[in-house]
Amino acid sequence: MPSILTVDDSASIRQTIKIALSSEGYSVAEAVDGADGVKKADAGAYDLIVTDLNMPIMDGLTMIRELRKKPAHAGTPILFLTTESDADMKAQAKAAGATGWLTKPFDPDQLVKVVNKVLAR
Amino acid sequence: MSSADPVEIFRVEAQELLEQIEQGLLDLSHTPGDKELVAAVFRALHTLKGSGAMFGFDALAGFTHHCETAFDRVRKGEVVATPDLVAAVLNAMDHMRALAEGRPCDAHVGDALLVELERVVAAAGGAPTAMPAAVASAAPAPGDADQGAGLKTWRVVFTLAQDVLINGTRPLPMLDELRDLGECRIRAITDAIPPLEALTPTHCHLGWEVEVTTDQPRSAIEDVFMFVIDDMTLDITEIGREADPAVEAPPAAPAASVPPQPTTAATPEPEIASAANGDAKAGRADASVRVPAQRLDELMDRVGELVIAQSRLKQIAGASQDMNLRSVAEEIEHLASELRDSMMSVRMVPVAQLFSRFRRLIHDLSRDTGKEIDLITEGETTELDKTVIERLADPLIHLIRNSADHGLESPEERLAAGKPAAGRIILAARQAGAEVVITVKDDGRGVNRDRVRAKAEENGLLAPGAVISDAELLQMIFQPGFSTAAKVTNLSGRGVGMDVVKRTIEGLRGSLELSSPAGEGSQVALRIPLTLAIIDGLLVRVGPERYVIPLSAVEECLELTPEQDARSTGRSVLTIRDQLVPFMRLRSMFNTKAPPDAYQKIVVVSTGGERVGLVVDQILGDHQTVIKPLSVFHSEVGAFSGATILGDGGVALILDVGHLTSEAALSDPSPLRAAS
Repeated sequence: MPSILTVDDSASIRQTIKIALSSEGYSVAEAVDGADGVKKADAGAYDLIVTDLNMPIMDGLTMIRELRKKPAHAGTPILFLTTESDADMKAQAKAAGATGWLTKPFDPDQLVKVVNKVLAR
Repeated sequence: MSSADPVEIFRVEAQELLEQIEQGLLDLSHTPGDKELVAAVFRALHTLKGSGAMFGFDALAGFTHHCETAFDRVRKGEVVATPDLVAAVLNAMDHMRALAEGRPCDAHVGDALLVELERVVAAAGGAPTAMPAAVASAAPAPGDADQGAGLKTWRVVFTLAQDVLINGTRPLPMLDELRDLGECRIRAITDAIPPLEALTPTHCHLGWEVEVTTDQPRSAIEDVFMFVIDDMTLDITEIGREADPAVEAPPAAPAASVPPQPTTAATPEPEIASAANGDAKAGRADASVRVPAQRLDELMDRVGELVIAQSRLKQIAGASQDMNLRSVAEEIEHLASELRDSMMSVRMVPVAQLFSRFRRLIHDLSRDTGKEIDLITEGETTELDKTVIERLADPLIHLIRNSADHGLESPEERLAAGKPAAGRIILAARQAGAEVVITVKDDGRGVNRDRVRAKAEENGLLAPGAVISDAELLQMIFQPGFSTAAKVTNLSGRGVGMDVVKRTIEGLRGSLELSSPAGEGSQVALRIPLTLAIIDGLLVRVGPERYVIPLSAVEECLELTPEQDARSTGRSVLTIRDQLVPFMRLRSMFNTKAPPDAYQKIVVVSTGGERVGLVVDQILGDHQTVIKPLSVFHSEVGAFSGATILGDGGVALILDVGHLTSEAALSDPSPLRAAS
C-alpha cells in the first residue's frame, strides 16, 4: 500500500490528513516542518508528499527545492496544501516541481480523491 | 494520538500558537526591527487562521485574518511594528483566545479591536487597507504609480473540467488570483448549466469571462490556472492596451460592486436562476431558421453523394485486411447514416400544413354542391418529406372533390337513409414503418359497383360479362379514361380522372387502394414513402445483375429449395406458416439468361396487405440507397422506381414492389386470391 508523508506545522492538520488517508488504506507519516520533511523523506521511501507552504525552520518551497535536488525524490509527487493562493507563490511552487496545489480549508474527501488520482497516474 | 480528534488537537494547538504569538509580540516590543520575530508571528497567525478555518472556527479564522494581514505588511516592510501596533495585536489576542476556546464573544468587541488595529496600521505608515478585501492587498494596487503605462486589458474566458471540484480545485480562489492581478470585471457563463433534473451537483457547470486590466504579462494570467490547465479550456485575448474608459466602471465601483456579484454567484444563485429558466431555454432551442427549400435539396444531394462514396469505401474496406481502414469505414458508415437521418428529419414537415389547405376547399365544395360537409382531420402531426407534401396536394384535392361530389349524398337523401344531414369527410394521416398512410374517407353512399361495371364495359376496359373480383372492379376506377360522373360537374371530372391521381402517387413511389364496403361510404388509402431521396434497401442479385428492394417492403427472406423450384415453373405458390404466398421469378421476368444458382432465395415483400415472394439468386445485404430517377425514356418501365449507384460504381435498379405485386395480381389473380 502506498505510503504518504504529510508535512505541516499544524498538528491538527496533520491529524486530519492522517485520518483521511489512513481510512483509504494509505500509511501516513508526519513531519512538523520542511527540515523535518527532508529528513523523513530521506529516511523512508514515500510515494507522495503533502506539504504545507508556511512553516517554521524550513518552508515548503525550500523543502521541495531540496527534495527535487535529490534523485531519490525527483519523481515523487508533491502536493501543496496551503491557505496561500498567491499566484506568485504558485508559480514558484510549480517552478520548484510541485505536482498540485490544494487550498485550505480543504475537504478531506477531496484530498483523498486528489491523492488517489495522482497515484493512479 | 493517532485516534485523537483533530478538533481537540486544534484547541491545544491554538493555545500553543497564541502563546507563540504573545511571546513573539512581547519580544518584538523590545526589538521592533527583528524580522525573524515578525516572520514567526506572521506564521503563527497564518497557521491559526488556516487551521481554524479547517475545523469550523470561522469567527476565529476571520478575525485572525485581519491580524495576519496587518503582520504581512509588517513583514513586507510596508508598515513598521510600532509599540501601538504590537499593543493593538496583543489586545486582539485576548479576543482570539476567547474565540479559540469557544467562549461567547461579543462581535462588537472584535469589530472595535479591528478598527483600532486599522488605525494603528495607518499611523504606522501604511495606507488604510480595506480590511475585508483581504489577500488582495498583497498585490500592488493597479494605478498606484504609473496609471496607463504598460496596462493591458485581457479577456480571459475559461471553463473548468466538469469534475474539477471533486479534484479539489476551487474556482473562487482562481478568481481572487485574477483580481490580484488587477481590476477585473467578472461574468459567470451560465449557458452550460443543464436543466435541474439533469444537473449533477458535484460538477462545475459554470464558465467565466473575466476582463482584467493589469500590468502583468500574459503568463501571469496563465499561471493562475497552472494546476488545471490540462483539463480546461482557456482563451486569453488582449482587448486593449489601456483601460477602455467605456468598459471601466467608475473608480470606486469595480472592486466593491462588480466582481463580488459573479463570484458569490458562482455558488447557488445562477444555478437556481437557470433552473427556473430551463423552459425558456428549451423554447429558445425550438426557435427555427427559415431556409430556402432549394438549399435543403442541394444538401440532400451532397448527402446522397456522400452515401455513394461511403458505400465505395465500405466495399474497399471489406476487401482489405487493414483493420484501421475497416474501423474508419464502419464509423463513416454510421456517420453517413446518422447524417442522412438528420437530413431527412430536417426535410420533414407535418401534414397539418397540407391538411389546413382543405378547410377552404370543403367550404367551397359545401356551397357549390348544397351539401353539408364536415371535414375531420386526424394525425396532423405526422411528418412527411416537404417535397412529397407539395406533390400530394393535387391528388388529395381530387380525392376530396370526388368524395364530396360522388360519395356524399344530398342532405335529403342522407336523412332518408337514416344518416345525419351533414356528411363527413375524414382526412387522416399516420405513419406505418417507412411509409405514411393518408386516408380520405367519407360516410356517403359508397361506390356503385353496377355503375362502375357499366362504365368500364362502355369504355372497353372490361369485356362484357367478364368475371372479376370486387377489388379488381374497384381498381377499374383508376384506369385511364374512366369516369363515373353521370354529369360532369364544376368540381370533379375536369378531364382529370383518378388515373392521374394514381400516377402521381406512384410517381412518389407510393400506392393507393380504394375500399368501399357496401353502405359504409368509401375510402382511399394512399401509402407514401417517407422520403424520395434515400432509402434503406436490400441488395439482391439475379444472374449478373443487381437490384435493390426497398427494405421497408421486405418481410422475410427464405430459401427456395431445389424441390420447391422443380415442383413448378412460372409463378408458384409457397406455404409460409400455413399461409399461401405466391412467388414470382425475377429471372424470368427480366429474361436473365445465366443459369440460376443452385440455391435460390425468396424475398417476401408486402404492400397494401398483399404478400409476394420474389425469387433471386443471391441476397447481398443491406444498402443505403440513394434514389436516382430513371431517364424520361425509361420512366414508363413500371417494374422499377429508380436506380442507384453501387459502391463499385455499378448501377442497380430499384424494384417497384407495389407495381410488381399488382402486376402479379392482375396477370394471374388465382394465386393471390388463394393467399388472401
